[in-house]
Amino acid sequence: MDQLLNDFSPGLFFMQAILLLILIVLMKKFAWKPILEALQTREDGIKDALDAAQNAKLELENLQADNEKLLQEARMERETLLKDARDIKAKMIEEAKDEAETQANKMIEQAQVAIESEKKSAMVELKKQVADLSLEIAEKVVRTELSSKDKQLELVETMLAEKSLN
Amino acid sequence: MLVKQTTKIIAILVFLMTSVSAFAISGVPDDQHQEGGGDKVDTPEEIKAYISHHLKDSHDFHLYTNHETGTHVGFPLPVIVWTSEGLKTFMSSEFHHDDNGQVIVNKDGVQLTKIHSKIYELAPGADAVVFDDHHHAENAHKVLDFSITKSVFGMLLTGILMLLGFVALAKGYKKGAIPTGFSRVLEPLVIYVRDEIARPNIGEKKYKKFMSFLLTVFFFIWILNLLGLTPLGFNVTGQIAVTTCLAIFTVVIYLFSGTKDFWGHTLWMPGVPYILRPILAVIELIGFVVIKPFSLLVRLFANITAGHFVVMTLIALMITMKEAFGPAVSTGMSLVLSLFIMVIEILVAFLQAFIFTMLSSLFIGMAVEEHDHH
Amino acid sequence: MYNLIGAGLIVIGAGIGLGQIGGKAMESIARQPEAAGKIQTAMIIIGALLEGLAFGALILGK
Repeated sequence: MDQLLNDFSPGLFFMQAILLLILIVLMKKFAWKPILEALQTREDGIKDALDAAQNAKLELENLQADNEKLLQEARMERETLLKDARDIKAKMIEEAKDEAETQANKMIEQAQVAIESEKKSAMVELKKQVADLSLEIAEKVVRTELSSKDKQLELVETMLAEKSLN
Repeated sequence: MLVKQTTKIIAILVFLMTSVSAFAISGVPDDQHQEGGGDKVDTPEEIKAYISHHLKDSHDFHLYTNHETGTHVGFPLPVIVWTSEGLKTFMSSEFHHDDNGQVIVNKDGVQLTKIHSKIYELAPGADAVVFDDHHHAENAHKVLDFSITKSVFGMLLTGILMLLGFVALAKGYKKGAIPTGFSRVLEPLVIYVRDEIARPNIGEKKYKKFMSFLLTVFFFIWILNLLGLTPLGFNVTGQIAVTTCLAIFTVVIYLFSGTKDFWGHTLWMPGVPYILRPILAVIELIGFVVIKPFSLLVRLFANITAGHFVVMTLIALMITMKEAFGPAVSTGMSLVLSLFIMVIEILVAFLQAFIFTMLSSLFIGMAVEEHDHH
Repeated sequence: MYNLIGAGLIVIGAGIGLGQIGGKAMESIARQPEAAGKIQTAMIIIGALLEGLAFGALILGK
């Protein structure tokens, strides 16, 4: 122990302290800081890259799932669309049929009404004409036939017979 | 590119400085007696002295000594001391490799000498060191020694190496996310310290604040430990002052970042009888302020010192066993054993840096922990 | 001399402790090989604490 204490050199201790301090400061500034930072950046970069790859993989999987889903949806939609279209078509045909039928019925009805009224008016006209005609005929007949008594009588009789025929 | 060029230039400069200084010093013949580091080493006592000399800090960078011509190869380092007359600086070559208080350097009236790798200031009026029976200097006292010693030189070298390596790594990230070249080796080490040492012990939320300290200390200790295994013969982390400083840094950091919960648990432990709480507080406080740093500093110091001691002892086997087994067998034995220990020491160099950082982060983690339950 | 005996005792104690730690760690790893890393780290920490104790004692006795 004594020998060790004798060997202990305060000057060397002092020099060592100063040198070590300077060395730590210099190394920190010029070596350790940039080295550790570079290592950290590199490790972070590697980690980020790995994370990004993982994320991309996940995203791709998601995308694929989405695509599948979209496809499914599209298929469903097409199906419904087609079904709707078919339904609409059937409905339209039905409606058109109904419409046509009602229209036709209406037209037929109208035609019947028109025919009826035409018939009526024609009948009226005819009656009038017949009346006029009969009057004329009657006039002429009267004029010719009424020259003799017999004839007048005959005429009345035939006319009556005719009338009853009508 | 710039870093590469700078590295090259520094390498060339260091090489030039080494060879030039070696050349400059090599002319000075050494006729002084030395206890260690100089003379031919071939007796157990001299080997012991040589090893203890190596384990201490030294004021010059000594590579080897040529005994035929008595010249030393290496280069001197600046001596900076705070004496009774103020700051004095000179090159350590003025001591002429003396380590026994024989050569006295006079600087403006202050007489300085070096005994066992320590610089002493002689009492005024004295012109030679007087030793007592235990080989302690009687008329001289130690001075505050801020010299660029071999250890400080080693620390500077380590600091430069770390700055070069890691600034290059930091710059590399500006070009691309993946580093190239040598930075590829450094990056996993930084990640290792962050993910294996700091994160699990301090916690995910707070570890970032302490990363600079932990990383710096880890690489500082590791590189210094490894430098100690090179033939350059650094023994920096085996200097108790160095490990004390490192441990005190850790203590200061965890004491100053301690949360309210930490202080609450330390000073007034809940769930314990009231009579025991003050006693526990004293024990806990001693644990955090004295025992934990002491174990930190002693572990590192003792491991590295012991490692150097064992390696050098095993290398010395080739001299101590020469008479018993002959030169060939003793050399072979020494080589195999020291190679084996050297491999273990390389492991220990890492392990001690790891453990120091690990325990530091563990203690910091204890201090910054927040308890939700009470 | 007494120092050396003390050091020997310390080393014996530390050796027994380290042996226990290492042995138990090996057993645990054999039982749960997937937890080897955690067990090793814990083993090293406890080993280091014990080592600190032993070195502290050695140095105090030196």
